[in-house]
Amino acid sequence: MKKMTGAEIFLECLKREKVKDIFGYPGGVVLDIYDELTRHPDIHHILVRHEQAAAHAADGYARASAKVGVALVTSGPGATNTVTGIASAYMDSIPIVVFTGQVPTALIGNDAFQEVDIVGITRPCTKHNYLVKDVKDLAYTIHAAFHIARSGRPGPVLVDLPKDVIQARTVPDFPKEIKIKSYQPTYHANPRQVKRALEMILSAKKPVLYTGGGIIMSSASEELRKFAETLQIPVTSTLMGLGGFPGDNPLWMGMLGMHGTYCANMAISETDVLIAVGARFDDRITGKLSEFAPHAKIIHIDIDPSSISKNVVVDIPIVGDCKDALQQMNALLKEKESQDWAAVRAPWLDTVKDWEKKHPLTYAWSDTVIKPQYVVQKLWELTKGEAFITTEVGQNQMWAAQFYKFKRPRQLMTSGGLGVMGYGFPAAMGVQVAQPGATVIDIAGDGSIQMNIQELITVVENDLPVKIAILNNSFLGMVRQWQQLFYEKRYSSTPMRAPDFVKLAEAYGAVGLRATKPEEVEPVIKKALETPKPVIMDFRVEPEECVMPMVPAGKAMHEMLLA
Amino acid sequence: MEPRHTISVWVDNTPGVLSRVTGLFSGRGFNIESLCVAETMDPQVSRITIVSTGDEQITEQIIKQLHKLINVVTVVDLSEKEHVEREMALVTVKAEDKSRAEVLRIADIFRCRVVDVSPHTYSLEITGNYEKIGAVLGLLKNHGILDVVRSGTLAIQRPKKD
Repeated sequence: MKKMTGAEIFLECLKREKVKDIFGYPGGVVLDIYDELTRHPDIHHILVRHEQAAAHAADGYARASAKVGVALVTSGPGATNTVTGIASAYMDSIPIVVFTGQVPTALIGNDAFQEVDIVGITRPCTKHNYLVKDVKDLAYTIHAAFHIARSGRPGPVLVDLPKDVIQARTVPDFPKEIKIKSYQPTYHANPRQVKRALEMILSAKKPVLYTGGGIIMSSASEELRKFAETLQIPVTSTLMGLGGFPGDNPLWMGMLGMHGTYCANMAISETDVLIAVGARFDDRITGKLSEFAPHAKIIHIDIDPSSISKNVVVDIPIVGDCKDALQQMNALLKEKESQDWAAVRAPWLDTVKDWEKKHPLTYAWSDTVIKPQYVVQKLWELTKGEAFITTEVGQNQMWAAQFYKFKRPRQLMTSGGLGVMGYGFPAAMGVQVAQPGATVIDIAGDGSIQMNIQELITVVENDLPVKIAILNNSFLGMVRQWQQLFYEKRYSSTPMRAPDFVKLAEAYGAVGLRATKPEEVEPVIKKALETPKPVIMDFRVEPEECVMPMVPAGKAMHEMLLA
Repeated sequence: MEPRHTISVWVDNTPGVLSRVTGLFSGRGFNIESLCVAETMDPQVSRITIVSTGDEQITEQIIKQLHKLINVVTVVDLSEKEHVEREMALVTVKAEDKSRAEVLRIADIFRCRVVDVSPHTYSLEITGNYEKIGAVLGLLKNHGILDVVRSGTLAIQRPKKD
């Protein structure tokens, strides 16, 4: 084999990892990589307008495609701008690899121009990170980065590439397989634990399945559906788990937690066996910890042992891939004598249905003002529930989660753990690149859309017909809601002016539409969906609408505010 | 006081690993009472001995989170096993007139070594477990400790005796 430069090795590694699309922004120390890119037309580079967007786009791409998302940026500010995107991917366990340029090794530590210790900065918010100091290590490191990002509990990996390493030459040694002796995730769930868990589930009177992003990451939706339907167990999920179980299935109770449904939160409060699958008992789910699922024995299936018994002490821990564990349970069920589970479960399911009927997700209709929930409902209706949805963070995110009934996994991309305003639009860009023909909608607020609005030109330039639905209430709505409920309506720094989004869209070469009355909502959405270009829909909605139900922070789940 | 745990961590001997370990402790609010780190017989592997305080749930989290680091090879909670612990302290203590003999007597009783002598001071090397070192320092305090430096705890598991 002949000698190759670091830049050549870099691109060869990307090809070996079957990377087709990367999101990036060039700069001084990565010039050689960008130069090499001109000789690789098969790798499609999308030039973002801010590096944060590159990381979020890679995240959205990864979620929508089930592949590893890739971002490429320069050193210093290029690198630091990706940190929010990396931290978000870390919290949500999304496999991305971020390549950052670095000053030449001889200058590292000298406070050189555009030098920053990005490996140090991102240590606590990456699954792992690398500084490559020798071109001989480059190929191995890149493949190891992809391996770590996608395996086990997935997550972001950062690889820092000094300029001299990119320029140096070597005869590369491309590893056929990556084996890291100190990193061997447990995929296969312990059969004895699975059996114990199943016995507990079979003897339960009021079981509940509480699922999370792990179902989506391990592609276990089918197994979950089979398991729930066989045993007639009602299902709720976290924000990250939405789509992991069909939103139109009769066993579906809706999301749980702070803005979860009455039904789901009551079921958690009453259940005797709680089966947590690929979820991590986040504080937005549990509310007051000491009163979470007070009557339940808890079974927890998770690939990350550190998620188990972190917040809530678990009775039966199962470390392993959700899919594997559910497959084992389904197989064990087949061997058992069949029972009429529908009859066994009827009293419990009746109780659940009663809760659902008593307090369904709802809102007060208005003939004159657009209700934000109505917009989301219409989006769901007019896309037949098929669109890829991304969200920003705040009220828009919760209404999207409540009123768009997700059918399938990988349909919703949202910054669940870190809660990044400005995530949704660049993520939508990534989704659209991964799913070129699909309808992709970012459900946004007038506050959060402004955090990465610069990407409008990126979607226009790259013909990515992303749709943005702004629930424009001239407030930072969720913070305002807390001020209304807990700070006696002192609206400190939450009223905000927004630009004219229609003109803004036009200035960027996108299409801008506006609805100010309820009857305009449907035509605007229809028009947007028919338009093969990026569209901003500016919905002027009820300014002081609240997301309900709501479990106030620190309260128990049954202490919901309902309206 | 919360229970002390002595945890042995085998890690890749590569740059930045110690920072990953200590960063994990500070980032997640775990305590480090003491920390020792050096190469093992295999130069590619270092061994870190960490003494931490916390209840069972915290200790379980510490061990799981350490395991999660890619560069961590093995983690053992030695507190759960038969093990021996040692620390070392170097202490310079005032020793004048009649206290010279008394300091030496304390040193002798606790099997300390005198590592430096000046007309007005002794410097002693104390080895032992955490409690013993505390006890010696407590006694020497009456004579005036001028300087003291303590190592972290080292710990080794006792082999099975059968």
